[in-house]
Amino acid sequence: MSIAHASLEQAAWDVLRSVEDPELPIAITDLGLVRDVRVDAESRVNVRLVPTWTACPALAVIRGRIREGLLAIPGVRDVSVEYTYDEPWTLARMTDRGREQLAAHGLAVPSCRFAEPPVCPYCGSHDVEIESLFGPTLCRSTYVCRHCRNPFERFKPPAES
Amino acid sequence: MPAVPATITDPTVHSAFREWLLRVADDEVTIGHRHSEWTGVGPDIESDVAMSSIAQEELGHARLFYEQIAGDGPGDADRLAFDRPPAEFRNAILLEQPNRGWEFSIVRLALYETFEGQRLGLLARCGQEPVASLAATLGREERYHGLFAAAWLERLARPPADGRARVQAALDAAWPYALGFFETTGADQILMDAGLLHESAERQRDAWEGAVRPLLERCGLTIPSAEQSLGGRRGVHTPDLAQMHAEMTEVWRSDPEARW
Repeated sequence: MSIAHASLEQAAWDVLRSVEDPELPIAITDLGLVRDVRVDAESRVNVRLVPTWTACPALAVIRGRIREGLLAIPGVRDVSVEYTYDEPWTLARMTDRGREQLAAHGLAVPSCRFAEPPVCPYCGSHDVEIESLFGPTLCRSTYVCRHCRNPFERFKPPAES
Repeated sequence: MPAVPATITDPTVHSAFREWLLRVADDEVTIGHRHSEWTGVGPDIESDVAMSSIAQEELGHARLFYEQIAGDGPGDADRLAFDRPPAEFRNAILLEQPNRGWEFSIVRLALYETFEGQRLGLLARCGQEPVASLAATLGREERYHGLFAAAWLERLARPPADGRARVQAALDAAWPYALGFFETTGADQILMDAGLLHESAERQRDAWEGAVRPLLERCGLTIPSAEQSLGGRRGVHTPDLAQMHAEMTEVWRSDPEARW
């Protein structure tokens, strides 16, 4: 027996909250990737996502994980997952919980602009030096803290226009 | 997603718009491939990772534009990228040239990123969705490439080493081909008449020169006087593209029906 329309949408959001970004230890809902979820009268689910970086290799993995999770909901007939570009991803889309989880992972996150002064996630010092704009993933850059001498990474959003 | 631009009904304009997008995609796939050749052999680990990341992004952008042209049927974008002979590629010749040395790759990166940023700005104003939104999004990503190129260019050209002479030689070699970014075909006028393209190639070139000149002069470099070296936008390429194309398509050709 299929569950009702409204609870189907609720179940879809529950699945989305359980999908992690393979390159960042947070849920895609905390990263702010999910733009909207629609369930039509035929119990088909459509999810629209806003990518952080359009060439990110994780996008296909995320799409697959969402598809798999949603198809497992009893009553869901079909699933489509698409990336959209008409609204840019910005740091404002990330939740406070997402920021806290990234910080706990040792990843600094700018509050709203990449250009703002970086802060060492270990000792809180502003006395830091950029090592490279291009870190281990497209969305991270690398720094060294001159105060506590730790290397650290910082989340790199696409440049603000 | 249907093959765009679904909203353009005039077949002449449709075909001109497709040609424009093909230039963008082919530029990105060739420069992306050349950048990727630095993976593992960059001058230091940070630059190696940076050039590899830039390559990854350009190839990703190429894929997005091929999808815009082809629609998203299974393998359509791949066929555009890998199943056309070199003579059907519309990339500027500069982007197919081998890397020669780090200084050449950095000069080429600086010249191309400036052009690419401005072209994405024009595409963002073309009035055709989703291409316009996509172009605006990609423009934000490309900005970091330009910062990387400028930082390296300044570092290489800094006296007293022989760096500046080598960078100048790379600039002299790259410049005539960089002017080929602005090579036109019949498509340009059609796009302008239809209101999709808002700047003539001449004005684009002026804007580009106006943007690269301050960077080059700050590095003590002189812009050479040279004629445009043309051909790429009409499918007339150097043997370098054929060699690169053979390598780039080798895996795909081994099993064109494979799904990854």
